[in-house]
Amino acid sequence: MKKIVAIIRPNKFDEVKDALENIGCHGVTVTEVKGRGRQLGITESYRGSDYRIDMLPKTRLEIVVSSKDTEKVIKAITDTAQTGDIGDGKIFISPVEEVVRIRTGERGVKAV
Amino acid sequence: MDPLLNSGDTAWMLISTALVMLMTVPGVALFYGGLTKKVNVLNTMFMSLIAFAITSIIWVLYGYQFAFGADTLGGIIGNPANLLFNGIGVEQLSTLATTVPETVFIAFQMTFAAITIALISGAVVERMKVSSWMVFILAWVSLVYVPIAHWVWGGGFLAQLGALDFAGGTVVHINSGVAALALILLLGKRKEVKLLPHNLGYSVIGASLLWFGWFGFNAGSALTAGGLAGSAFIVTNTAAAAAMVSWIIIDYIKTGKPTVLGAISGAVAGLVAITPAAGFVTVQAAVIIGLVTSVVSYLAISYLKPKLGYDDALDVLGIHGMSGLWGALATGLFAAPFVNELGTGLFYGNPGQLITQIIAVVVVAAYSFIATLLIGKVIDIVIGLRVEEKEELEGLDINQHEETGYRI
Repeated sequence: MKKIVAIIRPNKFDEVKDALENIGCHGVTVTEVKGRGRQLGITESYRGSDYRIDMLPKTRLEIVVSSKDTEKVIKAITDTAQTGDIGDGKIFISPVEEVVRIRTGERGVKAV
Repeated sequence: MDPLLNSGDTAWMLISTALVMLMTVPGVALFYGGLTKKVNVLNTMFMSLIAFAITSIIWVLYGYQFAFGADTLGGIIGNPANLLFNGIGVEQLSTLATTVPETVFIAFQMTFAAITIALISGAVVERMKVSSWMVFILAWVSLVYVPIAHWVWGGGFLAQLGALDFAGGTVVHINSGVAALALILLLGKRKEVKLLPHNLGYSVIGASLLWFGWFGFNAGSALTAGGLAGSAFIVTNTAAAAAMVSWIIIDYIKTGKPTVLGAISGAVAGLVAITPAAGFVTVQAAVIIGLVTSVVSYLAISYLKPKLGYDDALDVLGIHGMSGLWGALATGLFAAPFVNELGTGLFYGNPGQLITQIIAVVVVAAYSFIATLLIGKVIDIVIGLRVEEKEELEGLDINQHEETGYRI
């Protein structure tokens, strides 16, 4: 089992959510986050003075899937969240030791 | 013939009074509130709210009487014959606006006093103690606004000299801009010197309400509902529009994009500049006054301010002081006798008017600066002007009011 954490553009969230649903990936936890990447944010200008805005709003998705579905989920996210411009975000994948469904006590892939 | 009440004039003055009130709350409150940090939004709005309330009380008890009472002491102050509003009859007509009741003229002038002090708050936000601000309102309106209003509008020595200030370029805008400078020199810089609006949408609403209310401010200053009010109305709108376009052009040149803050800053600068001129100049002159004023204010904000290093948080000196200065001088240039027989400027053969305008500007600016410095210094010594560093960093809303603007 893998945990997939994707940081994406907030305005791409609905598209990504629909794409995940289409491949049968229903469970997802979403948080609104702020952060910056290699480019250190963007510049805004007020009354002739420039300010660096280095904490930009992003949407963070957290999904746990069986190992065999991992690539499918990654593809669904990259296909929909990609614009090709700076600021598209990142996906982090890590192994998950165990999953427990609280309602039934089921464990492992069945509980995903 | 005894003057008679004119119900058209009276109706227009009542409406204008309400329009000018709208400029302070919520106009200035929203305009400034949107530009500050979100931890200071309530404090910033409160400064305008309380300014309106305290000034209202001062004005009816003694402010109006000293400002607009019959001239005394050689043009320095009015004779306060009706202190505490005693002896002002319901049917009594105003001596300066002869076709409307005196109560209406008092209310109209009250809204001008209130917005002048509220404008100053923009310079000192995010670091001034709320208690000190309230004491400052009391002292400043009494000792600075009231005498200056008398000198220019109440028949005082600058009025006798022939200084032209239709709706308050000198009394309101130069006065508040210079007072703002004096106060920020005493207060010092904020820990974080930034103009990074937390909610520019508020400011757009606020500036739009200012523009709307300004029709009462300028066209109401005709004190009658006739041709002069109509002329003041159209030049006011024209100058605001020209100044917005002009600021946007500067934005394009400097950054390649039009900014929303630039658009509303330009509109306000244009409204300020046309204020002293509104009842004296043509529509053509209003276009020029508007186009030029954004350049004046933009240069003041982006070159003068960083060079001199004072922390005028929301550019009260840069916009109100500098555009007010340009407007006062432009009145001396463009005043056309066929618009208003009371004013003839340099371009219509009266260079002396420009000199008179300069004298009025220098006198008002010097008095406002020195008197504000003294008032501010006394308050600083007695109760302190500035909040503690910890409070400034956490925000004034939670520390000065025990409230927060946003629970989301």
